Amino acid sequence: MKSTIKIALAGNPNSGKSTLFNVLTGLNQKVANFPGITVDKKTGSCFFVRKSDDQKISAHIIDLPGTYSLYPKTPDERVPFQVLCDPADEDYPDAVIIVADASNLKRSLFLCSQVIDLKIPAVLALNMMDLVRSMGIEIDLAKLSDKLGIPIIPTNALKKEGIDVLKQTVASLEPKPVKDFIQIHDYSPCVLSGIRETVKVKSNYAAFQVANNLEFLSTFHINPGSKEKIRSLIREFAFDAYDMQTKETLERYRVINEIVKECVVHKALATKKKITEKVDNLLTHRVFGYIFFLLILFTIFQTVFSWSSIPMAWIQDSFNLLSEYILQSMPPGIFTDLLVNGILAGLSGIIVFVPQIASLFFFIALLEDTGYMARVSFLMDRLMRPFGLNGKSVLPLVSGVACAIPAIMSTRTISNTKERFITIFVTPLISCSARIPVFTLLISLIIPNRFVFGFLNLQGIVLMSLYMIGFVAALGSALVLKLLLKNKEKSHFILEMPVYRMPRWSNIVLTILEKVKIFLFDAGKVIVAISIILWFLSSYGPSGTMQKLETKYAHLEQTQQNLSDKRAEKLENSFAGRIGKSIEPAIRPLGFDWKIGIALITSFAAREVFVGTMSTIYSVGDETKGQSTVHDKMLAEINQDTGKAQYSAATGFSLMIFYVFALQCMSTVAVVYRETKSWKTPIAQILYMSGMAYLFSLLVFQLLK
Amino acid sequence: MVDAKQMANKALTTLSDLKPGEEAVVDSFCNEDVSLKLMEMGLVPGERISVERIAPFGDPIAVWVSGYLLSMRKESAASVIVVDRKKKEQL
Repeated sequence: MKSTIKIALAGNPNSGKSTLFNVLTGLNQKVANFPGITVDKKTGSCFFVRKSDDQKISAHIIDLPGTYSLYPKTPDERVPFQVLCDPADEDYPDAVIIVADASNLKRSLFLCSQVIDLKIPAVLALNMMDLVRSMGIEIDLAKLSDKLGIPIIPTNALKKEGIDVLKQTVASLEPKPVKDFIQIHDYSPCVLSGIRETVKVKSNYAAFQVANNLEFLSTFHINPGSKEKIRSLIREFAFDAYDMQTKETLERYRVINEIVKECVVHKALATKKKITEKVDNLLTHRVFGYIFFLLILFTIFQTVFSWSSIPMAWIQDSFNLLSEYILQSMPPGIFTDLLVNGILAGLSGIIVFVPQIASLFFFIALLEDTGYMARVSFLMDRLMRPFGLNGKSVLPLVSGVACAIPAIMSTRTISNTKERFITIFVTPLISCSARIPVFTLLISLIIPNRFVFGFLNLQGIVLMSLYMIGFVAALGSALVLKLLLKNKEKSHFILEMPVYRMPRWSNIVLTILEKVKIFLFDAGKVIVAISIILWFLSSYGPSGTMQKLETKYAHLEQTQQNLSDKRAEKLENSFAGRIGKSIEPAIRPLGFDWKIGIALITSFAAREVFVGTMSTIYSVGDETKGQSTVHDKMLAEINQDTGKAQYSAATGFSLMIFYVFALQCMSTVAVVYRETKSWKTPIAQILYMSGMAYLFSLLVFQLLK
Repeated sequence: MVDAKQMANKALTTLSDLKPGEEAVVDSFCNEDVSLKLMEMGLVPGERISVERIAPFGDPIAVWVSGYLLSMRKESAASVIVVDRKKKEQL
């Protein structure tokens, strides 16, 4: 064997495949209990030691998306087929580790038997043996291994048991002939032989897969001539994909049933995972189930608000202290100004929201990891269907509360094209965590921090209402799309409901860290860059006008009043002020002034930039630099036309509604393009959501003012 | 394909007609749309199944298949023809 080998991890969803991948490679990766969460092809590397000669072998490991069969039914199930059947694929492995859940042995052996027939050297890593034993079931591993023709290693990835043996076994695998699990060549000898002469595949079964998936071969290394040749073979010998797959599936299960009968002994009467049954009696109850789900959502919102308020205040205070320190210890000048009002203002605008994002992802990861999310899909499928959605749309919609980007990526488990499209289209309407900063700031400006009925935080209620508006808008839009779009494709909902389990805390912590990191670095980069640009735009203006201002104020007395006026006038005349002013006529009907106009433009890249922009604009226009928060500054802002507070209830609500609807997130646009493979959807989304934002803000302001 | 008379004779019914707690054995499929997907998930002729629960609003349903819980819509379940164990005992 070579000194570097490629290894693929294949297995059903929920088989513990991702946990094994984490243990093998030590890379951070999300593991969840919801079927199909591993949607991307993930890779890592580690070292194996071969037993025979103690040679260290470096292994490149590919974590394939969880699947029940090699036949692709959803977009992410195409990856295992592609990687395992095409020898020209860059990830075509030297060996496969098939990960199986011993408590679901028959179903796991189905995929296992398909991989065996591909004739790639394979090992079966059998998880959850302790669960099987506790159910009074005994599996004769030696016999099973003999029947399958591949080694079997019992593993427990969570407790790191069996990992070393697994590594040694993989390193010592020899590409030796394995017996056929089923006699696939007999199904259609002429077609299969013909395919093996036309394209490079390693086994009869791979040829059989090619015949079945001919129309999905977009990424397969096959030239159009060969494809046409295979097509004529299929026609000539009347190869019917449906009949062939049915025959294959029945035959595999017939053999599996025989093997299982010989190798598995039920010592006690099989107990049917009793705890899960009892918990489900409550959690999927026709009344209590929904109450529980609503209660969970309500708890999440209340907790996210109250948990994060204390660390948020700390972060804010630390940044204020830091700016003060820098202002006092460094000489005044452009650099100090850029540092405090550009970079630090931007940074504090990002870091202050980490507590909220972390607590939100904590809850979402918890719901996924315990297995509850599948129950939510089960409860909601019937309710989602009238809107052209699927029970599986609930995960993207609920994840959308945290961030639309992973939410849109998780729609890949929806097999129906129309349902998937609708889910992608409406997910950005669900209020994501990037809107929290904007909502928090605006709510604190216009809503008193009071308790109603003694325990309900009024600000929390307004926040929840904003989420509700987004949710209703998403469902309403889904309904419209369902009526507009025509699609004859049948819609299905076939979902495994995994057993409940205790959350794997290390996985949850890793998920939170990963998400916070993405927010800080991916979103943070954009935010800091925009903060610096904004500092420049709001500190400088067309040279002529700025010069005139300088000379005008140079003749006047250096009073407090004059200095303040000078700053305000400079901001008004800066580049930023000019851009804001030029769009003011268009946004005045919504109750927005040019300062908000600047923030609207900058937050088109990312919503949370709104807060950073407001901080920059106000600290530039204020004499008590860095000493009070943007909240205090906005609160003190007076509308020069009316003489009242600029952030009246009408403007505040109008602005909140604008942020509920508008699609201001470059990353979402990019991810929708990636998932739909066309610019049509993201462009339609931008136009639709911006239009709604403008219309509803107009309505709100005109009604409330 | 099985006609109504045959179904009555052999105690055949569809999975969607079973009530929670009722057990049956998978016989065949009368709709090609989902049969492959369901068979891959282990719902093959000869397999013993039992209905675990029905979601509120009557749809979807959750079924025990070879040791795990599988949920599907009533519409899919209606395409699974099963032998009702109780009815068979009565015959």
